[in-house]
Amino acid sequence: MKAYSAWSVFRHALTGNRHWPRAWRDPEPKAGYDVVIVGGGGHGLATAYYLASVHGIRKVAVLEKSYIGSGNTGRNTTIVRSNYEQNANARFYEFSLKLWEDLSLELNYNTMFSQRGVLDVAQSEGMVERYIRRGNAMRLNGIDAEFLSPAEVRSMLPGIYEDSACRYPIHGGLYQPRAGNARHDAVAWGFARAADSLGVDIIQGCEVTGFLQEGERIAGVRTNRGDIRAGRTGLAVAGSTGHVAGLAGLRLPIESHVLQAFVTEPVKPVIDTVLTFELADFYISQSDRGSLVFGGELDRYSSYAQRGNLPIVHDVLEAAVTMFPMLGRVRMLRHWGGVCDMTPDGSPIIGASPIEGLYLNCGWCYGGFKATPGSGWMFAHTLATGAPHAVNAPFALDRFERGYTINENGAGPFFNLH
Amino acid sequence: MSAQPCRLAHGGRIDRAQALRFSFDGRAYTGYAGDTLASALLANGVSLLARSFKYHRPRGIHSAGAEEPNALVTIGRGARREPNTRATAVELVEGLEAYSQNAWPSLGFDLGAVNNLVSPFFSAGFYYKTFMWPGARGWRFYERFIRRAAGMGAVADGADPDRYERIEEFCDLLVVGSGPAGTAAALTAARSGARVLLVDENAVHGGAIARGTAGADDALAAWHAAALGELRETPEVTVLERCSAFGYYDGNVVGLVEHCAGHRPDRPEGIARQRHWIVRAQQVVLATGAIERPLLFGNNDLPGIMLANAGVCYLREYAVCAGRELLVYTNNDSAYAAALAHAAFARVAVVDTRQEIAPELVRACAQANVSLHTGSAVATAVGSRRLKAVRLVGGEALPCDLLLTSAGWNPTIALHSQAGGRPVYDGERQCFLPGSAREAWIAAGACSGAFDTGSCLAEGRDAAQKALARLGVTPADIELPDCAPAFALRPGPQPAPQGKCFVDLQTDATTDDIELAVREGYASAELLKRYTALGMGTEQGKTSNVNALALLAARRKEPVPAVGVTSFRPPYTPVTMAAIAGRKQGARILPTRQTPLLGWHEEQGALLGDAGLWKRALAYPERGETRQQAAIREARHVRSAVGVCDVSTLGKLDIQGPDACALLERACVNRWSSLALGKARYGVMLQDDGFVFDDGTTSRIGAAHYFMTTTTDRAEQVLRHLEFLLQVLWPALRVHVCDATEQWAGIAVAGPRSRELLLRLFPDTVPGLPFMGVADAEHAGLPVRILRVSFSGELGYELYVPSSGGEALLRALCSAGDEFDVRPYGLDAMDILRIEKGHLTGSELDGNRTLADAGLARLAREDEGFIGAALSRRPGLLDPGRPRFVGLEPLDPAQSIRAGAHLVAAASPREPDESLGHVSSACFSPALGRHIGLGFLAGGDERQGSVVHVADPLAGTHVAARVVSPCFVDPAGERLRA
Amino acid sequence: MIRLRCPHCGLRDHSEFTFLGDATVSRPGTEAAGDLARGGAWSDYLYLRRNPRGVQEEFWHHGRGCRAWLVVTRNTETHEVLDTRLARDRGDRA
Repeated sequence: MKAYSAWSVFRHALTGNRHWPRAWRDPEPKAGYDVVIVGGGGHGLATAYYLASVHGIRKVAVLEKSYIGSGNTGRNTTIVRSNYEQNANARFYEFSLKLWEDLSLELNYNTMFSQRGVLDVAQSEGMVERYIRRGNAMRLNGIDAEFLSPAEVRSMLPGIYEDSACRYPIHGGLYQPRAGNARHDAVAWGFARAADSLGVDIIQGCEVTGFLQEGERIAGVRTNRGDIRAGRTGLAVAGSTGHVAGLAGLRLPIESHVLQAFVTEPVKPVIDTVLTFELADFYISQSDRGSLVFGGELDRYSSYAQRGNLPIVHDVLEAAVTMFPMLGRVRMLRHWGGVCDMTPDGSPIIGASPIEGLYLNCGWCYGGFKATPGSGWMFAHTLATGAPHAVNAPFALDRFERGYTINENGAGPFFNLH
Repeated sequence: MSAQPCRLAHGGRIDRAQALRFSFDGRAYTGYAGDTLASALLANGVSLLARSFKYHRPRGIHSAGAEEPNALVTIGRGARREPNTRATAVELVEGLEAYSQNAWPSLGFDLGAVNNLVSPFFSAGFYYKTFMWPGARGWRFYERFIRRAAGMGAVADGADPDRYERIEEFCDLLVVGSGPAGTAAALTAARSGARVLLVDENAVHGGAIARGTAGADDALAAWHAAALGELRETPEVTVLERCSAFGYYDGNVVGLVEHCAGHRPDRPEGIARQRHWIVRAQQVVLATGAIERPLLFGNNDLPGIMLANAGVCYLREYAVCAGRELLVYTNNDSAYAAALAHAAFARVAVVDTRQEIAPELVRACAQANVSLHTGSAVATAVGSRRLKAVRLVGGEALPCDLLLTSAGWNPTIALHSQAGGRPVYDGERQCFLPGSAREAWIAAGACSGAFDTGSCLAEGRDAAQKALARLGVTPADIELPDCAPAFALRPGPQPAPQGKCFVDLQTDATTDDIELAVREGYASAELLKRYTALGMGTEQGKTSNVNALALLAARRKEPVPAVGVTSFRPPYTPVTMAAIAGRKQGARILPTRQTPLLGWHEEQGALLGDAGLWKRALAYPERGETRQQAAIREARHVRSAVGVCDVSTLGKLDIQGPDACALLERACVNRWSSLALGKARYGVMLQDDGFVFDDGTTSRIGAAHYFMTTTTDRAEQVLRHLEFLLQVLWPALRVHVCDATEQWAGIAVAGPRSRELLLRLFPDTVPGLPFMGVADAEHAGLPVRILRVSFSGELGYELYVPSSGGEALLRALCSAGDEFDVRPYGLDAMDILRIEKGHLTGSELDGNRTLADAGLARLAREDEGFIGAALSRRPGLLDPGRPRFVGLEPLDPAQSIRAGAHLVAAASPREPDESLGHVSSACFSPALGRHIGLGFLAGGDERQGSVVHVADPLAGTHVAARVVSPCFVDPAGERLRA
Repeated sequence: MIRLRCPHCGLRDHSEFTFLGDATVSRPGTEAAGDLARGGAWSDYLYLRRNPRGVQEEFWHHGRGCRAWLVVTRNTETHEVLDTRLARDRGDRA
C-alpha cells in the first residue's frame, strides 16, 4: 500500500493527480476462503482487516451486494461514544473508542475522528439522577465522564433555548469529552483499503442468495456470482440480518426498523459538540461541511425501506427549532432512512450462531457506527479462534434464553423501544 | 440608485409602474414588482453574486429556478437572517436586503480564492489522505480551520419572530405543477366534479407557458389564463402558488410548503410566513416538468454562463437581456428558441455540436441574422470575473458576454422516485424517466419525457382521466388548444470537456475529480457522489447528476444505466425547518397535562414542576423557605399531624366483568381470588420477560368490579397491556377495562390525625374502614371513593372524586377544622416519606428488576399462571449475584449521598473500580434526622449491617454507609394500622 | 404516512396507532414451559422473529382512536397495507 500523506498529496498534485493508485482492487471471487464475511459495511470490512492484521488470516473475502458502505455505514449520524451504564456495554464501546483514537494512523486513512465531546442534556430531575448513575458507572469503568451544571451546559451551547421558552429547563448534562464523531464513508474506505492491502478480496456487487450446507454445518455461501466455500462464514449485514439469516433457516431476536436522519444546508459553525436531548428524542451535531446533522426516534414500525414518514420528520424538526430557536430559518436539505437491526434488549449480538460454521455480528440497533472498529476486532477474534473474547462474550446470542439480557434503558422486551 | 442597464423598455411580466428599492451587499438598486432578486440584479448589470464553496471562484446566475447552484445569498438581518437562499427564487419586495456569503473580505476581492490557485492539492478526497498526524488530536487541530472555512451562510441571531403553521388536507386529486400538463389535468378533474388541489412552486402559474419557454404562443397563453381562472372559481378546487411539493410519503401523503407572506409588500400581520400542508390525496398527477442541463467546457462556471431556458425566461418574463453578444451553445433544438428570442436585442451566434441541423432552424437563424457554427464545440470560456469570449475546439475565439447552453432536459422525477421504482434511462432523449409507481401517481408532461407542449397538454388530460377512473368518477373531457408542432428532443453529441470544468457548480466537483475518483476505485454512482461530493449541494444535483453519470459511464466505457443512478431523497427543494415544525415548538413542543387541582396548587403558592407531561406541585414554600426546607417541613408535618397531597396523576382503571378476577390473576403476580369485597391489595405486574413492569393498588368494589391504580409513568402502558391481554391473548375473558385517569381527582390524606379529619366529612364511612379497606361515600352530592392505603407509612387514605368535584373536596378537607392544621404536601415531601418507608417508585423499578431484586418475592403466587412467571425462572434472573434492594445510612449522619452514586467495596476512591450496585433514591430524612438512601447492592441480603462505600466520582465524594433494611420508619407497620 | 383502515374508525394515519410486532408468534400455554433453564418455548415466543422482508402480519393498537388491537397485514418493504382486522376475532391465543 502506497502511503497517503501531505507529501503524497503534494507530489501527486504536481503531476496532475494522474498517478494515484486504486484504493482497493476489484477482484473476481475465488472458489474458497478461510473466512467469508457477508456484508461490506464498516463492520464487515473492519472484521476482514483485523482478521488479516491481528490474526494473520488473509484468505478472506468480503461480499457486498451493492457498493461498500452502502448500508447504514453511509447513512448514520456518525456519533462515536462510550457513555454506557451497563458494564458489558461500557467495556465494549470503550474498547472501540480506544481503537478510534488511533484509527486514522493505523489505517493511513483520515477517518476524521473528531473528539468534540458528546453531551447528554438533562431536562428533568429524573434525568439528572439517571445521568449521574450512568456517569458514575462510566468513571468506575475507567471512562471519562463529567456532570455539568446548567450554567456549564449553557456556556458550551450558545444559542440553546432559554428556560423561559421551553417547559423543560436545563438541569445539567452528562459530558464525555473523548467522544465525538467521524466521517462515516471514510471508515468504510479506510478499512477497505487497509484490508485489501493485506490480501483481503473485497467483492462488490455480490449478493448472497443462500448457504452451502454440509451436514449440520455451513461451508460457504451461494451468491449471484457463484458458490464460494468458506471455513467460517460471518454475517455482518445489519438491517438485512433477518433476511440473510432466514436463508440459513435461522430465526433471530431481531426486528428491522427504520431510523431517519436529517441534514440541513451548510451554515457557519454554530454547534461544536455532539448533543442529545433524550426528552425530545433528539440529537444533533454539525459536520465539517457545516451541515447540521440530526435525528430522532425510530419510525417504530418494522421496515426494510430506507425511508421514513412525516410524523417523525415533524417530531424531529419541532425538537430542532425548540432546542436551537435560531435554526428556524435554516433549511432541511435532505432526510433519509436506514434499516436498523433492533434487538429486544437494545444490545448487539457478536458470536457463534446455533449453526456450526456460521457466526453472527448483528443487532446493532441504531448504535453500530461507533462500534465499527471494536465490532470488527471482536468479530475477527471470534472468527479466528472460534470463541468470543471476554469483552464480547456477554453479547452471545444465548443471553436471551438464559436471561442475561443487557438492557441499557430498561424498556422491556420490545424491539422498537430501545 | 442606478439605472437598469440590462432592462428592456417593453415587455415582460414586471410592473414598471412599481419601482422597488433593494440592496445587495449594501449597495442600493432598483427593480420592479414582479422581479426576482436574480432578475433585478441582472437588470442592473450585476453578474457577480457569489463565491464557490471550495475554490471561491466568482459565480453568477446560472438558472431561473429551483435548480440554481450558484447564486446563493443571505437575505435579511438579525433574527430574520436567512442564509443560502437562491436569488432565483426570491421575489423582490421593497427594502429587500441581500448579502453575498462565503467571501472575505469582500465578494469582489476574496482571499479564499487562493484555493483556486492551488486547486490541484484540493483534489477529490484529498482530506482522506492527509491531516492525520499525530492522530486524533492532530485532526482536531486542522479541523478547526476547515470548519471555519466551510458552511456558506450564517444562521439567524435568535428565535425566528415569524409565524408558521401546518394544515391537514384531503383531496381526490393532487396535481403537482401548473404547466401545460398540470393545468390540463386539474381542469379535467375540476370539470369532473372532483376535489382538486393544484400546486406550483413558482409565484406565477403556467410552468413553461409563463416562463416563455413554451414559445410565444398567444392562443396557448389565453387558454391557460382561462383555465386558471376557471379553476380558481370552482368551489372544490384549491389552487396554490409558491407552494413546493417537497416529499412523497407512504399512503399517498405528500408534504407541501407554501410561502404565504414573505413576498407580500404589505407584510400582513397574522398571516403565517409559510404553511406546511400535509396532503392525503387519493390520486396524484405529477406534472413537475423538466430541468435543462448544461453542456460542459472549460471555465464553464464564469458569470455570464447560463442555461438556455433561463436566458429566455429572463428575456420574456422579466424583460432582461443579460448580454449584448450572445452565444448559444447546444446539442439539441430546444436552445434555438433562446437564440431567436434574443436576436432582436443582441448579436447572436449558435454553436451546435451536431453536424446536421433541421432546415427550418437553419432558415430561422438566417432570417434572424443568427450566425450558426455546426459540428463545433466550445473548448473553454475566457474571462476573469465575467465571460468575455469562448474558444472553440478548433481554436477559433468568439467574443461573447452571455453564453446560454443546453445539453438537453432532465425530467424532474424527484417525487416519482421517492414514491416509486428506480428511474429508467432513455438513451435517445439522454435522460432518466420515472420508474414504476409505488403509490397512486401518474406522470404527465415533460417529467414523463414529453417535451412538446401539445403532448404535455394531452398527457395531462389523459392522466387526470385515468386517475379519476380509478376513483370510480366519470371523467369529463376538455378541449385543448392547438399548439405549433415543437422540436423533438434528440440531443446530439456531448464533446468531452477540456480544462477546468465544473460538473457540479455548487460543490466545485470537476471532471478531474470524477477522473480521479474512478482511477482510485470509487467508480459506482454512489461512491463517486460520496467521494467527490457531487450532487451533495443544496440544489441536490438538479443540473449536474445526469452529466456526472454520463461522464462516469464514458470513463468506464459502459452504458449509463450500468453505472447506476443516484437516489432522490426528500425534500425536492430544501424546506425551512420552522415551517415543518409549525406552531408545535418551544413551550408547545409537548402537551401539558393538568390535574383538576392545579388551580388550587397555584393559589397555595406551590412550586410547580414538570413530571413527564404533567404539571405537579413539588413543594409549597413559605416565607423565604427553600424548596428543600419546604419539603422537609411538609414531610415532618405529615408525620406529626395531617397533610393533603394531589395524587390525581396516578393511572386509574375501572375493571368490570365476570372474569375480572381471572384477568387480574393472569396480569399480576398476586392472588386476587381471596380479596374480599371492600378490600384493596398492593399488586405487581411483570412483563413476559419476568422483570417488574408496574405496581399499584387494586380494590374490589363490587363482586365483579375492581378499581386499579397504576404509577403515573406507566398508566398508558398498563392500559395498553391489559387491552392486549383481553383483545389478543384471551378475548374469551368477559372483562372490560376503562381508563378513568382523567375522570377522577385523587387526594391523599396522610398523618396521624387523618382519621379525625376525615370523620368530619365522612362520619358514617371512616370509622369502620380497616387498613386496606375501601368504601364509597358521598360529598356535596358527588361520589367519593375512600381507600385506606398509605404510601407515606402514616395512617392514610386516598380519596377519589369525580374531577369536577376535586377542588371542592380539597377545600372542604382544608377547612374541616383549624385544630387539624391541614397542610398540603408536594411531590418532594411525598418522595421523602416513601424513601423513609422504603416504598418503591420508578427510580427503583427501572425495568431491570426482578421481584426478588426489589424485595417483592413474597408477593408471588406459587403457580405459573401469571405473566412473566415462566421466564423469571431463567438463570440470569435467579442469579444470586444480582443486586438486591437495600437501605443505606451514611456512617456519619451529617454526610449526604445522592441518587446515582454507586456502591463499591473499597474504602478509598479509585477508578476504575467494580460497582456492586447503586443508590436509587436518597434524601435527608426529617424522621431520622440524617441522610438516608435506597439502592441495590450485590449480595444485599447477606450484607445487612455491613459497611459499603458510596462512590460518586462525578461529585468527587466517597462516603461509608451501613447497609440496613430499606424500611427506615415503623418497620412493624403500627402507624399505618393505627 | 402509512394509513391503516381501522375496522371501527376507517382510514387513519399510522401516528394514531402503536406498533407492537409480529402477530404470528405463538404464545406457549402456561403448561408448555419447556426447558425453563434455557427459556424454552417462552424465549422463542418473546424474542425470536421471522422479520420478513415482505409481507408480515403484525399487531397495531389504535391507542388514539377506538383502542382496538388490530392484526395488520403489511409489506415491510413497500409499506403497502393489505389487510386490517380486529385481533379479538382470532379467538384465544394462549
